[in-house]
Amino acid sequence: MEFDHILIRYGEMALKGKNIKVFINQLHHNVHQKVKDFPNVKVKRTQGRMFILLNGTDPEPVMEKCRNIFGIHSLSLAIKVENDIDKIKEAALYALQQGKNIKTFKVSVKRINKEFPFKSQELNHILGGHLLANTEDITVDVHHPDVEVKIEIRQEATYITSGVTLGLGGLPVGTSGKSLLLLSGGIDSPVAGYLAMKRGVAIEAIHFHSPPYTSDRAKQKVLDLTKQLTKFGKSINVHIVPFTKLQQEIFREMPEAYAMTIMRRMMFRIAEAVCEKEEILSLTTGENLGQVASQTMESMHTINEVTNYPVIRPLVTMDKLEVIEISQQIGTYETSILPYEDCCTIFVPKSPKTKPKRHKVNFYESKHDFHATLQETLEGIETIKITEKMKTEDAFTNLL
Amino acid sequence: MIYLDNSATTRPDASVLDSFMKVSQDYFANPSSIHQFGGTAEKLLKAAKNQAAEILKVEADELIFTSGGTEGNNLAIKGIALEHQHRGKHIITTEIEHPSVYEACYGLERLGFEVTYLPVDKQGVISLDELRNAIREDTILISVMHVNNEIGSIQPVEEIGEIAKQYPKLFFHVDDVQGLGKVPLKLKDSGIDLCTFSAHKIHGLKGTGMLYINKRTKLFPLFHGGSQEFSNRSGTENLAGNVAMVKALRLIKEKEKNEVNKLYDLQRFLLNELKELDNVWVNTPDGAAPHIINFSVQGIKPEVIIHMLGEQDIYISTKSACSSKLKDESKVLAACGYDTKRTTSALRISLSYDNTEQELKIFITALKKAIKQFKEALE
Repeated sequence: MEFDHILIRYGEMALKGKNIKVFINQLHHNVHQKVKDFPNVKVKRTQGRMFILLNGTDPEPVMEKCRNIFGIHSLSLAIKVENDIDKIKEAALYALQQGKNIKTFKVSVKRINKEFPFKSQELNHILGGHLLANTEDITVDVHHPDVEVKIEIRQEATYITSGVTLGLGGLPVGTSGKSLLLLSGGIDSPVAGYLAMKRGVAIEAIHFHSPPYTSDRAKQKVLDLTKQLTKFGKSINVHIVPFTKLQQEIFREMPEAYAMTIMRRMMFRIAEAVCEKEEILSLTTGENLGQVASQTMESMHTINEVTNYPVIRPLVTMDKLEVIEISQQIGTYETSILPYEDCCTIFVPKSPKTKPKRHKVNFYESKHDFHATLQETLEGIETIKITEKMKTEDAFTNLL
Repeated sequence: MIYLDNSATTRPDASVLDSFMKVSQDYFANPSSIHQFGGTAEKLLKAAKNQAAEILKVEADELIFTSGGTEGNNLAIKGIALEHQHRGKHIITTEIEHPSVYEACYGLERLGFEVTYLPVDKQGVISLDELRNAIREDTILISVMHVNNEIGSIQPVEEIGEIAKQYPKLFFHVDDVQGLGKVPLKLKDSGIDLCTFSAHKIHGLKGTGMLYINKRTKLFPLFHGGSQEFSNRSGTENLAGNVAMVKALRLIKEKEKNEVNKLYDLQRFLLNELKELDNVWVNTPDGAAPHIINFSVQGIKPEVIIHMLGEQDIYISTKSACSSKLKDESKVLAACGYDTKRTTSALRISLSYDNTEQELKIFITALKKAIKQFKEALE
């Protein structure tokens, strides 16, 4: 006997009304994408839930993959047996025995198939008795059991589960449109991307690269971070912007105290242009109020002036420690803290304006025509598609 | 040559050596150097670690490269002891650990730590109840080997992990030097916080190894310096050795998956042959790891047999422990409760996936002959 199904329970999307179909279709698609490397695994939908048929595949790695899919409230390993009391008994015992450190349990029977000869109450009794008789040091606790053995008797078969693994909740990625994530390589922006994805947003990323001031390693770091985000969704396109020339021009032509603000405005302009080209409807940033000097309300006000695209700022009200905690949970922290220069840290003016004014910035910007360089920058954008399974560089494969 | 001493060390795989050579020649840059060449070396290091993490089903930042099993065990044990001594100074381990574990523990005892050495039964396995009873308020570390290097007994590390999980203040270290590639061990969500691996036991090179340190675990480093390996082990990375180890890991894991039954068959063959012989006791318990066969030949000093076999280019080993009171007694067999006749006459055969039944047949014939010759010489 072994677990042959994984039962998937929907998260918040179960509350959706008529368009719930859209969410379920997307989740089905996302789950299918994640498990398609297991040749025997099939994804199936029935009334109100989704099943993964393992067909002999080791459940552990499949569960692991599914744990990172948004839109899933929880997962349970399940056994499917015929509607036969002896088979059900055997399966219930097996399911209970797979748990670790279990001292108490509870049986709950759902008898959807009213043809089944025993009533729910009777079944609770029969199965509870069977489990007690065949285990040691385990007792029944109907209020706070360590594990609940759930038996669902349906028309076609009976499903037995025991134990619940929590999923990440949220909405299936792809149900809330697409956003362009400004990805710097720091701690914040990957977390912002993750949180946007949690609300069903598919993302692409944009990174500003300033060689030789920033190294290939800084760029690689961003690609690595992106790869870490793909495990919560699908492949992610990263748009690498060759930013050196424009950045130099800004710092040469603009007053030093305002250069940082203007640089960020340029980033937003470029990001908006990419959005337009890729048919993306919003920007996502890791900005946060008050965290560093440039992230003031005034600064946000001045920078935001250049775009009327919605800007999603999932971290805007979070404490730094909360952000760090999430980055550790999602596995981006260790990469984020690698000490490579990024384009924001390289040209830091001695005393940047922490309270820039729109009219002043507009005045300075009007004094120089950035158009040509901006155009050249846009044309030089390189797009890299990052997939979850992306392998090591070919040069290394025969070494490893 | 018939080489049956694979628990001592293994023959490096040709393709592993090849990787070592290539990396030494082509990627000799220091991965910490900021130039592009250093960047390439760092990328390779990262790729190696990612591959190891994928194979071991852990996160890449939970693995550090070390110089081998002895360092891994020392770093795990002393690193936990020194870092967390304010929480308590009690350590639990077993009576049958490798010297790099028990000597580290003896060392800590001299610094004021208290160590409980759990006994084992005839099968060479500790009792979970005794372990539970040994855990105290001030216990900070449990260190238990997965597969014993002398007799091949397997400790219930999965169950110990479940027990350890109930004590969030203590850490659980597993020495998996002998188990890697032969007896599968799950690390993630297992309650195991630290796990030691060595490369030269899996056809990698001497001087390389890995230590798994799970995310919640903080160590006091043995080597301070340039903050390599997340500051757990400073020193310029041995990139060529590390890459070679990860390749060896990939190869051994493929074998474990596809050929482990062959090892069990060979072991069964040997055990059956040995059981037929007079005056031979098999010390390896039932359910042991598939590559270790330990037996005693009554009344013959094991060194004598080793040398007689060695003359015919057949290599097996004896395990005479150094810390036991009796010079030639096996500490592990003594812990299992065998008498001195048996503990002082033990021999060990340790297999690799490359050994064949033909080789074992030749060995058995040679062993029989050696025993006979010895007896005749005495008469």
